[in-house]
Amino acid sequence: MSSKFKVSHLYLWLVFIILYAPILYLAYYSFNSGETMHGFEGFTWHWYREVFADTRLLIILMNTIVIALFSSVISTILGVIGAIAIHRLRKLQNQNALLSLNNVLIVSPDVIIGASFLILFTMLGIKLGFASVLISHIAFSVPIVVIMVLPKLKEMSPTLLDAARDLGATEWDVLGKVVLPFIKSGIFAGFFMALTYSLDDFAVTFFVTGNGFTTLSVEIYSRARQGVSLSINALSTLIFLFTLALVVGYYMISRRGQNNSAGRKGRAVDWKVPNE
Amino acid sequence: MRPAAEALAQNRSLPRSRNLYLVPYMLWMVLFVFAPILLIVYDSLFDVEGAFTFSNYVHFFTPVYMKMTFSSFWYAFLITAFSLLVGYPAAYLLTKTKHKQLWLLLIILPSWINLLLKTYAFIGLFGTYGAANAILKTIGIGQQQILFTDFSFIFVSVYIFIPFMILPVFNALEEMNPSLIDASRDLGASPWTTFRRVIFPLTINGVKSGCQAVFIPALSLFMITRLIAGSRIITLGTAIEQHFLVTQDWGMGATIAVFLILAMAIIMVLTGTRGRTRR
Repeated sequence: MSSKFKVSHLYLWLVFIILYAPILYLAYYSFNSGETMHGFEGFTWHWYREVFADTRLLIILMNTIVIALFSSVISTILGVIGAIAIHRLRKLQNQNALLSLNNVLIVSPDVIIGASFLILFTMLGIKLGFASVLISHIAFSVPIVVIMVLPKLKEMSPTLLDAARDLGATEWDVLGKVVLPFIKSGIFAGFFMALTYSLDDFAVTFFVTGNGFTTLSVEIYSRARQGVSLSINALSTLIFLFTLALVVGYYMISRRGQNNSAGRKGRAVDWKVPNE
Repeated sequence: MRPAAEALAQNRSLPRSRNLYLVPYMLWMVLFVFAPILLIVYDSLFDVEGAFTFSNYVHFFTPVYMKMTFSSFWYAFLITAFSLLVGYPAAYLLTKTKHKQLWLLLIILPSWINLLLKTYAFIGLFGTYGAANAILKTIGIGQQQILFTDFSFIFVSVYIFIPFMILPVFNALEEMNPSLIDASRDLGASPWTTFRRVIFPLTINGVKSGCQAVFIPALSLFMITRLIAGSRIITLGTAIEQHFLVTQDWGMGATIAVFLILAMAIIMVLTGTRGRTRR
């Protein structure tokens, strides 16, 4: 019994080690005073200083963050509207039909989304750059928000709305004072997902970004193709720590939300969908 | 007649306001769901010079593209199979740990790290003087060419996709009623029989959505093939990227995209459309 127990633990540890090895490996060599990812020569902050001295990189970082924030705010608004629209449909059949159309962009491979948006923007005459990247990030984040918000709407009892209306609330009051507060945790989850989707996206951005505009992942791709540079390691370490903070924060929020809506146990967090 | 009249009255009392929320949402859908798909199909009917033609489709069925399609499917299959092989036991063992939600979080966390950074790390790990070769040397196998091989491509892809396999399987295992396993044991089934006849069939939906979550992206990967496989392996995704951004032959790229969409639809039907949304 005890030997079996150990083997299973060993297996899990192995999976964990392999999952984290590349990330730790990157971080470890970000402190290498040598030039390569092998043969640690000595400790240095040099690469971090280089990251913070690289104005171009900092501008790219700003671009990435600005795009992520704008696109997630706008897609959250659109997504909430979409979720309410679906929820309001009388027939379940129509709801399901809209929902499956909603999921098209979630299940589509990024290459398809990227290529088709590239055709779309060219046809509409939208210049490739900030605008096209922002619009595509909004477009692929909307369905995620819908999916995060819709279950919360379904949890809401219709009598609650009737009560509010009986008490004389206008349509607007109902939305602002009853519906939105009720689905708040879903909106937060949707916003967070949209944010990470946008920060993470490479393939779609790669297609619709023009010559002048770059986000972090596109930049890393082009630098990685040129070869190894330890300033990328330093940058990745910083991003890793930032992601860690973001996820832990989200985990806390979602756990708190979970305790509030007691009764729905199980699935702690609705994790994200793969995004290549 | 009264209940019916009452229902009618109640129905009338419901706010008859039209669903104005549908307007912006449908606008989004038309622009970013319908239009892109139609445009892909439309573009596939034009050649490089912009003349209307079916030649792209004829081209697709030549040996070059057929071979590429088959190898793309073969690699995606291998990646999915290995992800399942590694992921299922991991998910199963996870459900047995204390603090399983925390462990699950730790398994999922790497999937939040930018994909390109993880891929980039493997360039260092698998490089000629990287850690992997150092290990191979010390155990006496000697230095090997790891980067730019099938092995490195499949390894890195499985690495990237493994959390997306573990998660749905984990959820399926969690939803399973544990008393069924006790019952199976009480009736004298061996652990293997219990797994084969009880546990696996009950978690098949998790396995299906896991496979779906791995197979479709694996068909369309292009940056991993470029960075890790050195453009030696061409998947459907690589070909689309190549046609759109390098050779500028949008028509042919769109044609491959049409087939990728078809392949995707078939896979969704085969594995059931539910699942990917429940994550």
